[in-house]
Amino acid sequence: MSARELILCHDCDLLNRVAEVPSGGSARCPRCGGLLDRRVPNSIDRTLALVLAGLVLFLVANAFPFLAMKMQGQVTHTTLASGVRALYAHDERFVGSLVLFTTIVAPLLQLLLLLSILSPLKFGQRVPGMIPMFRLLKRIESWSMMEVFLIGILVSLVKLADMAQIVPGIAIWSFALLIPVLVAAKASLDSHLVWERIGRRV
Amino acid sequence: MSEPAQALASGSLAGCHDCALVVRLPAGQTHVAARCPRCGAKVHRRKVDSLARTWALVITAAMLYLPANIYPVMTVTSLGKSQSDTIMSGAIYLLQHGMWPLALVVFVASVLVPLLKLVALSGLLISVQRGSSWRPLDRTRLYRMTEVVGPWSMVDIYVVTILVALVSLGQLASIEAGLGAVFFGGVVVVTLLAAESFDPRLIWDRAEASHARR
Repeated sequence: MSARELILCHDCDLLNRVAEVPSGGSARCPRCGGLLDRRVPNSIDRTLALVLAGLVLFLVANAFPFLAMKMQGQVTHTTLASGVRALYAHDERFVGSLVLFTTIVAPLLQLLLLLSILSPLKFGQRVPGMIPMFRLLKRIESWSMMEVFLIGILVSLVKLADMAQIVPGIAIWSFALLIPVLVAAKASLDSHLVWERIGRRV
Repeated sequence: MSEPAQALASGSLAGCHDCALVVRLPAGQTHVAARCPRCGAKVHRRKVDSLARTWALVITAAMLYLPANIYPVMTVTSLGKSQSDTIMSGAIYLLQHGMWPLALVVFVASVLVPLLKLVALSGLLISVQRGSSWRPLDRTRLYRMTEVVGPWSMVDIYVVTILVALVSLGQLASIEAGLGAVFFGGVVVVTLLAAESFDPRLIWDRAEASHARR
């Protein structure tokens, strides 16, 4: 009996016998509607492509300022890192760490972990440490909050509008692109497939 | 009754939390932690101490929620005048400037979402403890919603970060993060952990048990 045939629903613990899910299809729990299994065509290739795109966008989003402000002839730029630095400079360690973790560490770690798990799998290789890496990925996924940060930028734009002149920077566009790329990477990842490939044979 | 359904009824099967493999637990040793043969994680039939942990986190978050809304999240000093903003007054400011969609986003994300999340989780905890078999499907949906909306409460924290970074270097104006921001960050973190520690399968355990009694 393959592991795929017998699935306990994650949300309600109903035991389901699931027939082979067609590529691009999904199986849902008949009792609570929870997702049981989902097959994405070319899951590994597709996710890897999105991860590479995501890494480039992440680099641009962090290397360039996302907002510039002109006030009394003075221009201030801000990047993600400078926002966190400013909080640390004001002794706001907890809030600074929270922002650092949810907008820089978690998304970057998410991309790097996916890259280092999926690229060996693409060539049919297994490397040590894949299991703890994938476990860590699942733990931090819910702490990556880029999409919320974009709304934060919009609110700040409005708040500063009557105080100074605001110029959106290049990074704001890479943020806007990075968010759908991260969502798509998460959606195209077939976790069942990855666990089957990286786990011990059962 | 089919073979796997029987096994489930006898309580010997468990889904691995990490890799979702269906694992047969050794009979009679419920206190010994079994390991998943595929990924090596500890296998439990339910999240450990789910009710006690979730209650502790819900109560902590409720205690943080009040100061988070009472203390200012930031103080703007401009030309010698200083003005403090709480989360609520920040939303009202946006409304007064005709930005009602953003005001709505801030109000819903920062004021309503944490409050509704705490109410929803408390309701779920009480219903499970009372052994309720009332609409398990809707209660499961409610739980899924509490998981999805959580991160949106971070909006205000990000706004404070951006404003502090942009304005702190200016000579004529400066913005400081307030005590409210610290409490508010605490609320977001603790409610996320609370939603994570609740086990929705408990809803179905009780529903199943009372169904069997009938």
